[in-house]
Parts: sequence; C-alpha cells; structure tokens
Amino acid sequence: MKKNLKTILAKGGPFIGLILVIVLFAIPGETREFFLTYNNFKIIFTQTVIVAIGALGMTLIIVSGGIDLSVGSTIALTSVVGALLIQHGWGPMPVLIAVVASGGLIGLLNGAAIAGLRMTPFIITLGTLGVARGGAKWLADNQTVNYDGSPINGWMTTADPFSHALPAGVWVAIGLAILTSLLLRNTVFGRHVFALGSNEATARLCGIPTTRLKVFIYVIAGLFFGLAGLFQLSRLRQGDPTVAVGLELDIIASVIIGGASLSGGVGTILGSMIGALIMAVLRNGSQQMGWPTYFQEIIIGLVIIVAVFLDRLRQGRAAA
Amino acid sequence: MSDVRLRLTGIQKSFGATRALKSVSLAIAPGEVHALIGENGAGKSTLMKVLSGAHAADAGTMELGGAPYLPENPHDARLKGVAMIYQELNLALHLSAQENILLGAESANLGWVDGRASRDRARAALALLGHETLDLAQPAGAFSIAEQQVIEIARALLIQPQVLIMDEPTSSLTQADTEKLFATIGRLRASGVSVIYISHFLEECRHIADRYTVLKDGETVGSGEMKDASLDHIVTLMTGREVKDLYPRTAHAPGRVVLEVKSAGGAPRLKRASLQVKAGEIFGLAGLIGAGRTDLLRTVFGLDDLEAGEVCILDAPAGAASPRSRWAQGVGFLSENRKEEGLMLNQSIADNLTLTKMECFGRLGWIGRGRQQQAAQRWVGELRVKCRDTAQCIGELSGGNQQKVALARLLEHPARIFLLDEPTRGIDVGSKAQIYQLVSELAAAGKAVVVVSSYLPELLGLCDTIGVMCRGELSAVRPRAEWNEPDIIRVATGSA
Repeated sequence: MKKNLKTILAKGGPFIGLILVIVLFAIPGETREFFLTYNNFKIIFTQTVIVAIGALGMTLIIVSGGIDLSVGSTIALTSVVGALLIQHGWGPMPVLIAVVASGGLIGLLNGAAIAGLRMTPFIITLGTLGVARGGAKWLADNQTVNYDGSPINGWMTTADPFSHALPAGVWVAIGLAILTSLLLRNTVFGRHVFALGSNEATARLCGIPTTRLKVFIYVIAGLFFGLAGLFQLSRLRQGDPTVAVGLELDIIASVIIGGASLSGGVGTILGSMIGALIMAVLRNGSQQMGWPTYFQEIIIGLVIIVAVFLDRLRQGRAAA
Repeated sequence: MSDVRLRLTGIQKSFGATRALKSVSLAIAPGEVHALIGENGAGKSTLMKVLSGAHAADAGTMELGGAPYLPENPHDARLKGVAMIYQELNLALHLSAQENILLGAESANLGWVDGRASRDRARAALALLGHETLDLAQPAGAFSIAEQQVIEIARALLIQPQVLIMDEPTSSLTQADTEKLFATIGRLRASGVSVIYISHFLEECRHIADRYTVLKDGETVGSGEMKDASLDHIVTLMTGREVKDLYPRTAHAPGRVVLEVKSAGGAPRLKRASLQVKAGEIFGLAGLIGAGRTDLLRTVFGLDDLEAGEVCILDAPAGAASPRSRWAQGVGFLSENRKEEGLMLNQSIADNLTLTKMECFGRLGWIGRGRQQQAAQRWVGELRVKCRDTAQCIGELSGGNQQKVALARLLEHPARIFLLDEPTRGIDVGSKAQIYQLVSELAAAGKAVVVVSSYLPELLGLCDTIGVMCRGELSAVRPRAEWNEPDIIRVATGSA
C-alpha cells in the first residue's frame, strides 16, 4: 500500500503539480467566478497548443541527450514562409506541407551539423537560433507579412467563439501527443532514442547507428517545430518574423517540469504535456488575478526550479 | 587484542525494508592491514559508507582510539582520521596532479595558493608511495588509471589518516602496479596506519592482510588471523557453500578458425597483432594495462579504426567494420567499463539486455513488449540475476548481477564470437564462478571466446590458448600448458 502511494507520487508528480496550480487559482475571489469554467479551459488549451507541439519535438531531443535552442526562431521563420506562400495564392494543404517541411529542413541542418561535425547541440542550435531569426526577417523584408485571409486562420479558433467545440489545433496536439508517446515507448526508434540519451557509448557498442539516429531525431523534432510555426501563423493571422522570441525556453521548461532529465535518457510525453499545461494555467491565472507580467515571469521561473527540485527529491527517495 | 584503533560493535543499517547491515562487528589494531571480505551485496559498501560518514548507522557503536566515533559526513570522517579510497576514482581530470592531491586542503596564505609549499606536500605524499617522479603539473586525465589511483591515495595520505579504507584498489591495476601498491601498504603499516582492505582477489588478501573479517548478508560470519585461514575456509564462509573448482573444464574440441587477425595496427596503442581463434576455443589475452589488449578487441569489433593489417571473420565479407556490422556477423563485445560504456544504468534490465536486437521482437519497428520481457526473463532466470523483474532499472543491481545482464546481451543476440574485456572485474566470487562456467559452456557449444584479463590465475585456469601483449604488440601465442605465471609476467613486462 505504502509502495503504491510512492509509485503514484513518482509517476504522477507533474499531474499533482497541475492540480495544485489549478486549485490555487480556483480559490481566490477575483478569479473564482470564471477560472473553473469550460470556456476558460478552452482558452487555456488553445493557448497551450504551440508550446505543447514544440514540447513533443523537444522531448525527443532532450530524452536523446540533446537540446535545441533554435525553436523560437524556427517557429518565426516557418510562419513567415507560410504567410509568404499564402500571399502567393497557395492552398491550405500545400502551405501546411511546405511549412512543416521547412521546419524539418532546419532540423536536418541542426542534426547534420551536430552529428556530422560532432559538435555539442547547445552550440549548434545557439548558432541556428540567430541564423533562423535573421533568415525570417530577411524573407519578410523586416516587416510583418500580411495576407487577405486563409482557411488556416480558423485552425486555432472556432467559428462561433461561444461554442463548446475545441479548435482544430487542440485536437491535432492531442492526437500527435498520443502518437509520439507510443513512438517513444513502444517502437525500436523510441527505445534507441532512450539508449542514445542514457549512454551514447553503450548505444554505439550495441550497433545502433548513432549518427543517423541523431540526424533523424532533429528532423522529426523540426517537423513538429514547423507545425508549431503553422499554428503560430494561424493564431496571429500574419507572418511575424519577430514572434516567439525565447519560446524555446518555455518549451524546454515544459519538458523539464514534466520530469525529463537534461542529461538524457529520462522523460515522457505525458509529463511534457502536463508541464506545458502548468505553464499555460499559470499565465492564464496570473492574468485573471491582474498580476503584472513581470510577476508572472518570476512565478514561472520559481515553478521550474521547485518542480525540478521536487523531482530530484522524489527520485532520491525512490532509489534509496 | 588489547590495543584497538577502531572498533565497531553491532552496526545495523536499513534502507526502507532492506536490511543492508544486520549486525556487523569489527576490530582493528594500529598498523594492521585488515581484509574485509564478502560477496557483492554482502554489505561491504554500506559498511564503508557508515564508516566514512556517508550514512549514519541505525544502531551499534563505533569507537576510534577509544573515543566514540560519530562522523557527520565524509569530510568530518576525514578530519577525524578515517580516509577512504573508492573503487571508482574521484579525480578532477582537468586539474593537475598536484591540484588533485591538495584538493580541499590547499596550502594558502590569505587565500593565495602557496605554490612551493603545495608542491612540497604533494611530493612528500607521493614519496611515501614510491612515486616521487610523477609529473605534478600534468592534468590528472593524462595519467593512466594506475597512476590516477596513486594520485588519489596521495590525496588521502595528505591528512595523515589513522585508518585508511581501500575499496578494490587493485581491480584496475596490473601485476606490477599491484606489487607497488602492496609495497606502499607495507610502508603505511610500518608507520602505524590501520588499513581496511576490500578486495575480491582472495590471494591478494592473503598476501597483504594480517587479519580478516568475512561479511555475508549484512552480518559478520567470521574473522581471524590470515595466516591461520585457508582460502577454502574463507570462500566457504563467504558463500555458505564450497566452491571446489572455480575453473570448470568442460571438454571442448576447437574446430575451424572463425576469427583471424593479421598484423593489425590502429590507434592509439595497438601496433601489431596477429592471432587465430577457432570455434570452441577460449583464447586469453594477457599483458599490462596499456599494452593494447583492449585496443585490439575494440579494433576487431570496429569501435576503433583498423589502420594496418586485416581482420577476417569466417563467412563475413572483408572491409571496414562497425559495431553494427560486427553484431550482424555474430560478433559480440563485452566492455571492461560496465558503467561508462557497457550498460545504460538508468534503463531497464530488458532494454539493456536486448538493445542489439530490439527490432526482432516485433514488426515494422514496433517492439513486442511481451516477447522482449520473455527473452530477458529467460536469461535472468538462467543466470540467476537477482532482481525484482526485468523492468527494474539496472543501476539498482549489484556489480555481479549487472555484469551477468551485460553478458546475457551477447547470449541473447546470439553471438558466435565473444570478445570479453575483463569479464570478471569487480564482481563477487559467486558470480565469477558462474561466468567461468558459462564461458566454458560456450566453448563446449562451439563458440569462439577471446578473454582479456589482468588476473593471471583466471587466464591460466580458463583458456586453451594464451597470447601475451607488450607495448602494443602481440608477441607470444602458445597453448595454455606451455605457460606459467612467471613466464607471462616476463613476456608482458618485456623482460623475456
């Protein structure tokens, strides 16, 4: 019985955190009225989509022992690409494919440089952070890219804002989360990702093609980041090359709050998704409390530290 | 024994429901070398952690020099005179040898490091160990493992400990370095330091220790004068059973040559090696650490590049090799470095065991978890791996059990050529005997086995053919019957 409790704590840590945060905002008088309503959660879910899809790719990368700092720039660049293509009269499906593929292309560049040049992911993606941001501004001629309208604009909202239906983006994020979770847990590729992150030397010794695997991981993650860029475009209804600055840090934080280890080999998709939700609930709740943005930033920063600290405590207990 | 430096009485320690130490008692005189013997999991490590202040005992008393000894943490224990040398070296590899020796005890004036005083103290500690000539300015990472260990011992000696604990100090040393270490321990003994010596090498314990204590399942099951005890008696105490024949010899008749290495050379230490291994043959590679034995295995396996010569595997195309192609050809490799290379410590037993062939348990990239668990379960049962289930994290197992899983990876694959680098390093006698048995059975079943070992009785007991390497060259290959220990040492040290 005692052991069961421990397992629940160990596996459900992030989930308990999420409930705590929700309860925190459900109690005060200022927010009680609206916070726990369906409509508010619809807003929270919609606000989580971009970070959540980014966190899917980031979980793959972090579990494999890597990191990607260029996500915010990749999202800006791919959303500008999408806006330009819509301007040129492309339909929604070709735009979707092209935007996602351009994300994959940036992932390919990252992965090839990391695996081929044997450089640390931190340095390479710090470089592409600048390259992609500059590229986005160049493509967009240093201004926002406007277009007359596209069905893509409707993917992050519902036609009737008061309807109970969730926007398409939320369903896409949920579906992809389930798929990616299965991919990580139950496929050879997924277990090889864990092997690479847990001990690269062992992976090499056991004949896993580590170079190819690394490239592959960054390409798949890049596809996710491209998709996040598409939803960014859908949300803003224009291509903005200065959007999503620093978003990679929110995404990394979601994955870490979700229980992944920056040294690799540990992490779950469910955890990362809950991590992303915790961040979104904190933002949403703070806004409703009327807290200034700097206060939100401080709170989220502290939550990251506390979450990782609690995680370490929990694992220390479990090991002893 | 009237004069006691350190006395432990009735020490107990539990972790949750696990009683790691049930009742341990131990007494050591000044200037005594005391061997602490026991299988992996007998509680030696826990006892050492209690002694060195890393854990607090639940019950029992400890006395040092007649006064109660209650260390709060390892640093406190060190200040009170109990220093510990861990099996895994604790060096800052980027810092110089001198900085490592003085770490935490720097000579300083108002925060400024006093260069000359530091150097003198480091030199003095090294002189005590007979290593005056070590280059103090070199980064620790540039030294061999044996030299790194000397640096670590020098650090412990700096504060003039009353009790020095050494955990498996010779597990990565060659015979020559071991002799040097024994000379060092002799000097420590003469200067009145009490040494607790933990080792799986019983002959070594017999050679160096004055008295011994045997632990089994967290209890002291025997102790006494080393000169009165026979090895068989100690092994019986440790295991609770008699290990009559450590090296079983199943009949095996070598067949065709399955692995041939022709004048192989490669980075960094392999200069020139030729050998032939037949199916059903156990081929031993002896030599000093750094002689290129590990490099030879790694080059054969495609982990290091072959720069000269040829490696031929029967029924496999010639050409550049990678670990991936070698596994596909039925060649398996067991790393000497279980923790850093051999295993993924924070992953499950099942994943570790089946990492080379996960795609075989399902279709289209999907893993059939049931079949994977079943395969792992089979070996866990067959090799008697002590664990909860195959989903347990491998880092939680003892060294011997981890090694069995690492070996099971080759069995499950299945390999037909086994390249085993120090297969019994740092594991208990029971597991060792099991691994010897297994290797012998493999040969009987027609597998080719290459064993690298620094432990000569093991090679002489187990192998059909032994080759000795010296300075990157494999000079002498002969049937086992034509070798004895002194001969091997002469060839290995280049004095033949």
